[in-house]
Amino acid sequence: MARLNMVKALNLALAQEMERDRDVLILGEDVGVDGGVFRVTDDLQRTFGSQRVIDSPLAEAAIIGTAVGMALYGLKPVCEIQFSGFAFQCFHQVENHAARYRLRTQGRFHCQMVIRMPYGGGVRALEHHTESEEQFYAHIPGLKMVIPSGPRNARALLASAIRDPDPVVFFEAKALYHAAKEEVPDEPETFPIGKARVVSEGRDLTLVAYGAMARVALEAAEQVRAEDGAEAEVIDLLTISPLDRETIVRSVAKTGRAVVVHEAARSFGPGAEIAASIMEGAFLSLEAPVRRVTANDVAFVGFAREKAHVPDAARVVAAVRETLAF
Amino acid sequence: MPRTVLEPRFQVEYLSILDSDGNLDTALEPKLSDDELRALYRAMVLGRRLDERMVRLQRQGRIGTFAPIKGQEASQLGSVFTLRPTDWMVPSFRETAAMIRRGWPIEKLLLFFAGYLEGGQPAPDQHDLPVTIPVATQLPHAVGLAYAVQYRGDDAVVMVYFGDGATSEGDFHEALNFAGVWQVPVVFVCQNNQWAISVPLKKQTHSKTIAQKALAYGVPGLQVDGNDVLAVHAAAREAVDRARAGDGPTLIECVTYRLGVHTTADDPTKYRSEEEVRAWERKDPLTRFRAYLEKKTLLEDGLEQRVDADIAAAVARFEAMGPPDPLTLFDHLYAELPPHLAEQRAELERRLRAGAAPAAPAPETPPSATPMRGQRLTRR
Ligand SMILES: Cc1ncc(C[n+]2csc(CCOP(=O)(O)OP(=O)(O)O)c2C)c(N)n1
Ligand SMILES: [Mg+2]
Repeated sequence: MARLNMVKALNLALAQEMERDRDVLILGEDVGVDGGVFRVTDDLQRTFGSQRVIDSPLAEAAIIGTAVGMALYGLKPVCEIQFSGFAFQCFHQVENHAARYRLRTQGRFHCQMVIRMPYGGGVRALEHHTESEEQFYAHIPGLKMVIPSGPRNARALLASAIRDPDPVVFFEAKALYHAAKEEVPDEPETFPIGKARVVSEGRDLTLVAYGAMARVALEAAEQVRAEDGAEAEVIDLLTISPLDRETIVRSVAKTGRAVVVHEAARSFGPGAEIAASIMEGAFLSLEAPVRRVTANDVAFVGFAREKAHVPDAARVVAAVRETLAF
Repeated sequence: MPRTVLEPRFQVEYLSILDSDGNLDTALEPKLSDDELRALYRAMVLGRRLDERMVRLQRQGRIGTFAPIKGQEASQLGSVFTLRPTDWMVPSFRETAAMIRRGWPIEKLLLFFAGYLEGGQPAPDQHDLPVTIPVATQLPHAVGLAYAVQYRGDDAVVMVYFGDGATSEGDFHEALNFAGVWQVPVVFVCQNNQWAISVPLKKQTHSKTIAQKALAYGVPGLQVDGNDVLAVHAAAREAVDRARAGDGPTLIECVTYRLGVHTTADDPTKYRSEEEVRAWERKDPLTRFRAYLEKKTLLEDGLEQRVDADIAAAVARFEAMGPPDPLTLFDHLYAELPPHLAEQRAELERRLRAGAAPAAPAPETPPSATPMRGQRLTRR
């Protein structure tokens, strides 16, 4: 056991998976000598060499496109896109190819690859460095979309993503990179992809969140417990797609009320799919409409105004109170 | 400080061995055995006659939209003939002749163009990617495959096909750049057929050649007469040997012409003249190669009839195949079927059983709106 922040935990997962499997390669901008702009790949090139930790030319489409080719051959590339705001430059390779090769070739080829990228606000950065756009990937059949919420699950989920035979888009909340340290086991650990976790039990309301918002939801749950005596059950999705509808529906069937929290824009965001799943699976248990606490439908706001945009505990508490009072 | 000229200076070579008037440069003539020459010609004849047959099948509604290859047989086959089965072939969407040479059964390709994903599945031992539709996006895949070949220390070369229009896409430039930096065993084969649907080459690029685009990436680039199968073969041989020896990538620009429609949904009279097409028909790759073989007395009697019989047999096999089960639709999205897809599969199964949704074969009534010009209902 060591107390690690999320950066170090992710680095541990990468190092152990590369140790374990010679087919695992890292590819991206500044990932080698520099160890990545957030240092997630620190020291890996020194350990595994420049054939396995590749400082690629600066071109996202070719990073993903060549990784697709490597994966078709049987390698297991882990690509880093420096910021999720720049992943549109490779979106076609993700949607047209990484996600489809298994289907297109009816199982003859598939892309076992991971596409890591930092997302979300909280680092006082410029446009394209603060957005939360997981909905684009969650919408793509053939992809899996994972967003961890802390060092231990980040490490375990990254290891699972690397071992998963399907392509996984792996979002890392920048706000969480250095936010907290957790005990992380020394031995390799994996968490199942496609399974949400109930991180705090409760009977009055279900809070669904993920990534940096999982902590915000927990904070809100603690506040309503202390101030209102209400018990919110908090679900940390961990995997956005395929969505663990079963865990969500089971919880809402018990609580009858739900609030979904995400940092992505509201319209057509994951909250809409989660609310629809609740309608389909737990309609007769509902006591109140499902609420969404999300960013505004505004492309970007500038970090100085992030507070007015990204959900915080106070907004979640307000939504929880309204839902309980409905 | 004065301006100075930086080395190296670039030059682009053009290679032609057997021209459209039948003149042969014997010094450059590739050393192909009689059997190889006969096989090459047979593949070209098959490519041409299958293409013509497929256009008819499309017009009859027996297959859907496809991109004919007529006129590009030499570019495709001269190059693909330099590959071993253990090498990799990465097509775009207009490589039917090359794909057949690589072992794709004709009936499988017909199944693919009839709209069934089963037709896009390479055989287990086949080192071929399937048809890629988004222009130029397959180029980085080829570079990644080549990286993997090199990483594993395997003896293989990757050959990737694309058109002149593809060279305007970012993926073309990114792929060439990565290949140059990584020095991986990949051969880029551009079939410059002068047109990208309705856009002529001069509106596609201001460069004098496509070959020269490689030079900016530190990659050798060569232009060849793409209707001269001997020149294409010689150029590809050189590039494949270079790649196999570990000396990195090459770009070959095959100057050729699409004699037919862009796809069966296209009407080229809208954008190009009859005279232009006729001028290129005089440079037909089959005519000159046939004359060359005739001089060598290598022409086989009854070849066309045998090829037609093979095609007819393949068409019969294709039409004898039952339509695949619609429920297999969900089978290959993920390694394991996730719950939401299991649910959607069960839903479709219920619909099919209730007869609410038309099970294959498709309904006999034509669709009210044709999806693309020239497209017909596929009757299967
Ligand atoms: C990315 C992308 N954009 C547009 C299209 C539609 N499209 C299909 S083929 C084609 C022209 C391609 O021209 P070229 O690369 O010269 O190949 P050719 O068709 O001549 O073989 C276009 C625009 C496409 N398939 N993919
Ligand atoms: Mg073209």
